[in-house]
Amino acid sequence: MELVLALGIGFLVSSGVWLILRPRTYQVIIGLSLLSYAVNLFIFSMGRLVVDRPPVLPGAGTVDPAAYADPLPQALVLTAIVIGFATTALFLVVLLAARGLTGTDHVDGREPER
Amino acid sequence: MTEANLLLLLIVLPFMGSVLASMLPGSARNSEAWLSGGITLAAFAIAVSFFPTLAQGEVISRPVEWLPEYGLSFTLRMDGFAWLFTMLITGIGFLVVLYARYYMSPKDPIPRFFSFLLAFMGAMQGVVISGNLILLAIFWELTSIFSFLLIGYWHHNQAARDGARMALTLTGGGGLCLLVGLVMIGHMVGSYELDDVLASGNLIREHDLYAPALILILLGALTKSAQFPFHFWLPNAMAAPTPVSAYLHSATMVKAGVFLLARLWPVLSGTDEWFLIVGFAGMSTLLLGAFFAIFQQDLKGLLAYSTISHLGLITTLLSLGSPLAAVAAIFHMINHATFKASLFMAAGIIDHEAGTRDMRRLSGLFSFMPFTATLAMVAGAAMAGVPLLNGFLSKEMFFAETLEQHHGSLLDGVAPYVATIAGAFAVTYSVRFIHTVFFGPKPVDLPRIPHEPPHWMRRPIEFLVLMCLIVGIVPGLTIGPYLDVGVRAVLGSRTPEYSLAVWHGFNTPMLMSVIALVGGLLIYLALQRYLARSVDGAPYLRNLKGQRIFERILVTISWRMARWAEANFGTRRLQPQLRLVVFLAFIAGLWPLFRGGFQLELPRLAGFDPVFAAIWFVGIICALGAAYQAKYHRLAALVLMGGAGIVTCITFVWFSAPDLAVTQLLVEIVTTVLILLGLRWLPKRLEAVDNSVTAPARMRRHRDFILAMVSGAGMAVLAYTMMTTPMPETISDFFMTRAYSEGGGTNVVNVILVDFRGFDTLGEITVLGIVALTVFALLRRFRPAFDSIGVTEQQRIQNEFDDAAADREIGATVRDYLMVPSVIMQWMFPVIITISAYLFLRGHDLPGGGFAAGIALAIGFLLQYLAGGTRWVEDRLRILPVKWIGFGLLIAAFTGMGSWLFGFPFLTSFFRYVEIPYIAKMPAASALLFDLGVFGLVVGATVLMLIAIAHQSIRSHRARAVEAARAEEG
Repeated sequence: MELVLALGIGFLVSSGVWLILRPRTYQVIIGLSLLSYAVNLFIFSMGRLVVDRPPVLPGAGTVDPAAYADPLPQALVLTAIVIGFATTALFLVVLLAARGLTGTDHVDGREPER
Repeated sequence: MTEANLLLLLIVLPFMGSVLASMLPGSARNSEAWLSGGITLAAFAIAVSFFPTLAQGEVISRPVEWLPEYGLSFTLRMDGFAWLFTMLITGIGFLVVLYARYYMSPKDPIPRFFSFLLAFMGAMQGVVISGNLILLAIFWELTSIFSFLLIGYWHHNQAARDGARMALTLTGGGGLCLLVGLVMIGHMVGSYELDDVLASGNLIREHDLYAPALILILLGALTKSAQFPFHFWLPNAMAAPTPVSAYLHSATMVKAGVFLLARLWPVLSGTDEWFLIVGFAGMSTLLLGAFFAIFQQDLKGLLAYSTISHLGLITTLLSLGSPLAAVAAIFHMINHATFKASLFMAAGIIDHEAGTRDMRRLSGLFSFMPFTATLAMVAGAAMAGVPLLNGFLSKEMFFAETLEQHHGSLLDGVAPYVATIAGAFAVTYSVRFIHTVFFGPKPVDLPRIPHEPPHWMRRPIEFLVLMCLIVGIVPGLTIGPYLDVGVRAVLGSRTPEYSLAVWHGFNTPMLMSVIALVGGLLIYLALQRYLARSVDGAPYLRNLKGQRIFERILVTISWRMARWAEANFGTRRLQPQLRLVVFLAFIAGLWPLFRGGFQLELPRLAGFDPVFAAIWFVGIICALGAAYQAKYHRLAALVLMGGAGIVTCITFVWFSAPDLAVTQLLVEIVTTVLILLGLRWLPKRLEAVDNSVTAPARMRRHRDFILAMVSGAGMAVLAYTMMTTPMPETISDFFMTRAYSEGGGTNVVNVILVDFRGFDTLGEITVLGIVALTVFALLRRFRPAFDSIGVTEQQRIQNEFDDAAADREIGATVRDYLMVPSVIMQWMFPVIITISAYLFLRGHDLPGGGFAAGIALAIGFLLQYLAGGTRWVEDRLRILPVKWIGFGLLIAAFTGMGSWLFGFPFLTSFFRYVEIPYIAKMPAASALLFDLGVFGLVVGATVLMLIAIAHQSIRSHRARAVEAARAEEG
């Protein structure tokens, strides 16, 4: 289980890093999205992998924390997902505006000299 | 207690006045003067009322806790010494206000002047009566800032701007050094309270940190008091209006440095370090200042250098470390303030009435303005140290002290000679000032015909000169008791016997005075002809200007070195920067593992689930595919990225994170839609793959590929190791055990978000709102690229189809595009609203909550846009996303503030279960209200961003019309 998820995170990071180093803005935006999946999964996995024990309590009574998944990384990732969406949107708009202004979708705002 | 509150008023009044003064209309010269004068006079009266208490040796203080955990308190503390300075600040402040009323031209922006002047007064007052070292440093920097504004008052004038900037750079930089020095003192003593510090002199002097702290504090004080080698800002500050010079450079700003030296004198002085640094700075300033003053051609320049020299005199006195010298220093601070303020004002009058301050052009003004001339003569004589004037008394004490001290060093040995020579120079420049300006032949071609100034403009000078006279003649009766209060406050039990008599008999100091007077006159006679024609500045040393050195250094650091560094280390290209960031991140991740002796364990296959592995197989293929396709097949890349997102989402479900799965799924939808909307505005990719890849480009790709592989492998190893390491105890247990008993919810993730860490969430939704508004603002001015304006290819094909078919009109196919799905989407609207409400309401106990519900509702709106088009939706529905954002944020913030009403800290939550008839037992926690704010904001922000992009297609119609019109014209 851990191995599979770790490999998944690794490939997401590889693809993401490769893409953010590319010259076209669209590649960078896809790369950032892939990276944010990887980072979210990484933070989430800090709480260790637990199956079938969501952090939802039955109600009143004493609570044994070991019987549930760790809620803290989940809370962190939940807001990270929403903020990640916001930054993707912002970046998309910046790249659209830059493309309108400069006429190119190269990350430096101009085509490289050949 | 009343006195303690009056103390606060002493600082509050000027700042309040400053705000008021800034709000009066520009033409209100008289009301400005009345306001400022009233406030200064009130402050003066308050100060006077303190005297009886202080005369009994008491200290008035007003401690107010500010940040007690850092030892920072807003303590105000008034003792005799602070009182003397308060009298100077408010007294001379009032005279300056009166003078400025007549000096300033109605064309100048008067409110700004008085506003800055009052604010400066408040800051200076703060320096003087701060009872806490950090508070003192704060007011100290405030004086730097307001003096910057005052010196640069005529900001259309290049010299004023330069002078102001130089003063700020030097005194502000000195202030930073001072702050560090004071923090060190606080560290040694264990308290920043002035009372504690003054009581721990021995502790500080014997501490290892004494020398660095001393040097830093002296850097602050010596820059402020324009001591050599930092003296050059003061002459450049003469570009300020003359009232400012009269105030800042006689009684206040530059005196702050010597004030601090005297304030900390009991604690810091008496060591060799103190004597050497302060003594050297003081004596060289004393001598050089006096020498340079002789050769100035500008009246104010002469006075500026003379001020530098007199401050050097005070510094020298303080360096000696004997109580009697400290008495003389304090006495000279007062005397110098009186005669120098009046001389500055006289110089201002001459400038005002004759139109120039150049001593080569001024001459014989006595017959035009006899009163002013007489006043200036008396003040000038005081500056020269002529008997029966106040300047003479402190100068005699200075001469006596230089003779008395015997540290046995060279510096000590030369002190009497330096003092006498500087005394002679002082006589020379004073005589020059008076003789050149008021005597000699009648002036030729002055810009104006000089005459006496208005009565009230002369009053301040008359008053100050009167002070010089009576203090000079009967010192014991006039200044005696007040000086005594100040001296006792500094010296305490070490206060020596001293006498303020004019006549001490024939002794060596007397002889030194005589030598200085006669010598000074002789020097003047010798130089008179040279000075009448020479250019500005001392011979030989003219070109060696501190100012130029300073500017060179500044230019080198801020311009040449910066350019050099940018040219050699910088790049404006994004890719190398990102490459560097990734590389550094990789190294930063690797380093601790390397240091800690990391060993990779063999992977375990326990609990291996083929289904999960298959899912991730798909996920990995999607990620790699997206990376491969992102350049030439954007849509495919987007779909593949979505695939990776879905796998992420399934992973959340698999490992007991339903909340995350719900949110991830919903966010996945909006992200995809968002990027789909954006795709339309990106340039077309060439179909043919460019095969002519150059060798460097191939190199870059290989490098990036290796970097990507290594980063991915590193993350995989890191994640695997993390996941297989046993879990340490974390704060999660705290949240788990208290979620229900204290947060009133069973969904712990949601309780953490809206209750335990509600403040963080408030910050996060604020960020979200700001991002949405930024997107909105950016797109308001968005212009699509030229090649994206036209009708899209799909629409063009459909229109061609209509055109070709006989029974169809153009646009019919486009109009009915996705007819059936649109109808379904429209019908789904209420369903989605219900789902959203359901997600929201169950959020506290079951997976869901404000974030998920907000995005769900946003998707509901979004579907309507997709189904009906922008125009169709907006004809029927007013969504107002900005208001959703605003109200969401307000609800969240007010919920947090609501707990103040019940006396709890911000965002303390409250909960109770309420039985709603026929529906359910509902948890009515205040956290639910907070979650409502989150919900509102998320809806608003998401919808705003999506709509803003969607609106671009309406604009492109407009852009197309404009282009078409332009084409027709052309």
